[in-house]
Amino acid sequence: MSPSVPRPLPTHDDVEFWEATRRGEFRLQRCSDCSRWRHYPRPACPDCYSREYSWDEVSGRGRIYTWTVVRGPTLPVFQERVPLVVADVLLDEGVHFQAELLDCTPEEVRADLPVEATLTELDDEFTLVKFRPANR
Amino acid sequence: MSIIPGKAAVVGIGQTPFGKGLGRTEYDMGLEAILAACEDAGISPSEIDGLVRFDMESLDEEMLLSALGNPDLSYFIGTPMGGGGSASVLVHAALGIASGMAETIVCYRSRARGKNSSFGKAQNQGGRYWERLAADLPDVSGMWHVPQGLVTAFQEMAMITRRHQIEYGTTEDHFGEVAVTFREHAIRNPNAVMRMEMTLEDHHQSRMISDPLRLFDCNIETDGACAMIVTTAERARDLRQPPAIIRAGSLGAGSHHRRLSTLFDRSREEDSAARTGKRLFAQADLSPDDIDCAYFYDFFTSLVIIALEDYGFCPRGEGGPFVADGGISWDRGRLPCNTNGGQLSEAFIHGFNNNLEAVRQIRGTSTSQVEDCRFALVAGANTDPTGAFILERAS
Repeated sequence: MSPSVPRPLPTHDDVEFWEATRRGEFRLQRCSDCSRWRHYPRPACPDCYSREYSWDEVSGRGRIYTWTVVRGPTLPVFQERVPLVVADVLLDEGVHFQAELLDCTPEEVRADLPVEATLTELDDEFTLVKFRPANR
Repeated sequence: MSIIPGKAAVVGIGQTPFGKGLGRTEYDMGLEAILAACEDAGISPSEIDGLVRFDMESLDEEMLLSALGNPDLSYFIGTPMGGGGSASVLVHAALGIASGMAETIVCYRSRARGKNSSFGKAQNQGGRYWERLAADLPDVSGMWHVPQGLVTAFQEMAMITRRHQIEYGTTEDHFGEVAVTFREHAIRNPNAVMRMEMTLEDHHQSRMISDPLRLFDCNIETDGACAMIVTTAERARDLRQPPAIIRAGSLGAGSHHRRLSTLFDRSREEDSAARTGKRLFAQADLSPDDIDCAYFYDFFTSLVIIALEDYGFCPRGEGGPFVADGGISWDRGRLPCNTNGGQLSEAFIHGFNNNLEAVRQIRGTSTSQVEDCRFALVAGANTDPTGAFILERAS
């Protein structure tokens, strides 16, 4: 059996994220009172403590804040694919999101590189948000 | 006003030999270290009435206590996180003593975590924790990272390290300086696991693990256990060893490294380590200039550089230049650090081996002894939650 990527176990607090990505939409929590976006999912706004929020679609655009190139040792499923570029993306909405950066070699990645989200199917149940350099 | 300063002292230290793939259980090693610490202090294990452990400790304390003859405990507590809790154990021990909840407290950490140390399937049989990640992730925060390929602590710390480079221009030479300096210390320490000479060039040639961190930027994977006995400063005067008085101890939580999204939402001055440092010096009524040697949680070279900034030994962004040219060397540095070789070269016992070395400096028995050492600072990992303490030589 070939090794598989460890799969998320959604909870009531974040299942909307995973349902959205499966439909091809990148949605994050947004406070209904102060309009601030947030990630990771939380039951309350860390700014105004409101418990009212919606799952709104984000632009998917952002810039590389920092990154690493995974070369291993790591889990066998990732070891097969190294070098793997994983980045922290500062989204235009002001929220940080960590994800694999596709279509970009370790030599090409740099701070502030503009990137855009690309939804990538993991299996029948889960779709991950990954990124690639913008305008390609 | 804290009740901690001056009330408690470390009076016993003990450890096992350190090594890779020792083929011993955490149970066996933990017990050896605790018995050695009692012997060092000149007390009987039956006198232990307090216990401080890491929450992450997989050595079951019921098993441990039964082997110690089930002493009568009146105080017992854990510290959250692994490396973040490494110094906090002493802070909680100091609190236990100062508050009168206990008089003889044992703190310990036992780890069989070398990659060749796994034996059987029981959790305390060691091995790399992340290699045990299940196909379905039980950890709620893990689901945002692990499926993307961010599996281990060093990959997350690599992202933090890269950001430090982006903001401040910290170089690979700076990282290498930390590795080479701590290796110099380890070569002088017969208990250290890694004692082969290392040059800056060796560091730069070591294989990249997770850019910008190379193999020699990472802590070693070892087995071993460490323990300490803490008692009242008053009783310490009558015991076998020169006491290491706990001058101050502070804790910090509220900025989570494990959750990178929320970490990067904040400034580094809001990091728990920076806040812990400010509280520590205020409580001790000391400044960084008073510290004779320091022990930072060296899981990665770059995090030592960041810790120097967190604890106010240099301005933000100047940790790299601070370590250059032997800046943290035992005999020529402006601030000798990790004189045992640290976790990069002595052993990786979740920081506890650094705790022990700070006591040796206060006693004057380090293999890289700092001249006239009066104050030693020890910090847990600058992840979150964290803690730090300052030891003082009794006058």
